[in-house]
Amino acid sequence: MADARGMVKRKAGLKLWLSGGWLALVVLAALLAPWIAPQDPLAQDLFLGRMPPAWVSGAEPGYWLGTDSLGRDVLSRILHGARIALTVALVAGGITCLIGAALGLLAGFLRGWVDLAISRLIDIWMAFPPVLFSILLIAVLGPGLSSIVIAIVVIDWTRFARVVRAEAMAQGAMDYVASAQVAGRGRLSTMVTEILPNVLPTIVVLLTLEMGIAVIVEAILSFVNLSISTDDPTWGGMIAEGRTSVHQAWWVLVFPLVTLFLTVLAFSQLGEGLKDRFDPVLR
Amino acid sequence: MDELYRIEDLHLSLPDLNRKPILGPAPRIEILKGISFTLRRGEVLGIVGGSGSGKSTLGRAMVRLLEPTGGRVVFDGADITHLGEAGLRPLRRRFQMIFQDPMSSLNPRHRVGQIVAAPLRLHGVGDVPAKVAEALEHVGLPQHFAARYPHELSGGQRQRVGIARAIALRPDFILADEIVSGLDVSSQAQVLNLLERLVADLGLTLAFISHDLSVIRRLCSRVLVLHHGLVVEEAATDRLFADPQAAYTRELLDAIPLPDPDQVWT
Repeated sequence: MADARGMVKRKAGLKLWLSGGWLALVVLAALLAPWIAPQDPLAQDLFLGRMPPAWVSGAEPGYWLGTDSLGRDVLSRILHGARIALTVALVAGGITCLIGAALGLLAGFLRGWVDLAISRLIDIWMAFPPVLFSILLIAVLGPGLSSIVIAIVVIDWTRFARVVRAEAMAQGAMDYVASAQVAGRGRLSTMVTEILPNVLPTIVVLLTLEMGIAVIVEAILSFVNLSISTDDPTWGGMIAEGRTSVHQAWWVLVFPLVTLFLTVLAFSQLGEGLKDRFDPVLR
Repeated sequence: MDELYRIEDLHLSLPDLNRKPILGPAPRIEILKGISFTLRRGEVLGIVGGSGSGKSTLGRAMVRLLEPTGGRVVFDGADITHLGEAGLRPLRRRFQMIFQDPMSSLNPRHRVGQIVAAPLRLHGVGDVPAKVAEALEHVGLPQHFAARYPHELSGGQRQRVGIARAIALRPDFILADEIVSGLDVSSQAQVLNLLERLVADLGLTLAFISHDLSVIRRLCSRVLVLHHGLVVEEAATDRLFADPQAAYTRELLDAIPLPDPDQVWT
């Protein structure tokens, strides 16, 4: 019989390579967009409206993935859109993770009144409907990249706080925590050196999921025109525009949609892959 | 007489959260109901009792993982009954503990070397690597185990790591809380042999908590029998086995499986 452990390992590696590879492509696209984009993403040319992709007859050379109804190059807009998507994913995901995980860790490990206060805050927070909440926030803050980041952080920190709190609570009941206390380690030091390494794999998985969610949220807000200005190329904005002309020019909708889908999928798979690969307990 | 621990009329109660009313504090369950004894330097004291007798709670109060609600815990002349964590810190290096479950008492994401070194680093002891190597040698683990993670070790090896961590600081007192009850019989024997040797070599003072009198008999010079939070009998080990006074002690003695039971199974 074949050794099953070897198979699990290989599959995890494949997951990590595929998702990591796609995200590396997206990162490269975002970094190099001004240099590799074949056209100006904002340049309009009404004579070149709704040109099909390069492999369909009637395509215009130089416009690989076709053009939208205003004659803007779809490929260039996707490449530039990657900048906004990634910025939101990294900044919003990162800040959400820091705030949520820190509060969850404190609540779960210190218990007592700290836990009581943070848990009640989470309960109250989660009673707000998230979509309305974000639209309200953007309406108050005004559209813009920083507003999107703030909206995501404000709404999604509970996602981290809840899970990390439960995990920290379970770890806090372990004897190795009592052992650290017997050895004379302080509470906060115990939290950082003993609990955190055991909660970290969960945090990493949540963080990559959150990055995918951040990309989706940005797309949703763009879709309802509440993201950044409509001129700037965002994947959500492109999907919204493509929806109106899907029968005449499917490529305006499909390419940004596929890019968005693959990116979000890659983020979630990256977390699982990293956990399988680098967690010493699972390895 | 050189006494290391003096426990006087120790009471400890914990809130019973299952019966907590919606408003107001939870009712408290009294676990220790007035325990007094002394522990001399170099002595190996057995603390025995059935489950729920309060033996683990007593141990945890001695190393001040729990705060007693009444009475006194005096360690080497210092009253530590209500000392805060900051006040306890300088004393912490002088009493250590070995835990029951070697699975959860070793941090799964720290390497063995790191686990054994942690108490040394915390108390600013010099030359940590040499001391870690020495501790591993004392418990009979090869040096390359320092680079391993706990889940890569067997139960008996993990318990040795727990012992190495406890002796690394050369404490005056070690509390061993049911340390062999999670092990199979041959690992049990090995760990007990090891402990016996360490007591002799290092002159350890040990409180050995167990529910199993046959284990206590191997190791301890004096035994404390606990029942429902009270000491029902305190005697030298030979005396206890030869002439048990309390009814509960006889019950525990009868519970030891004998190698040649009267009953025939076939």
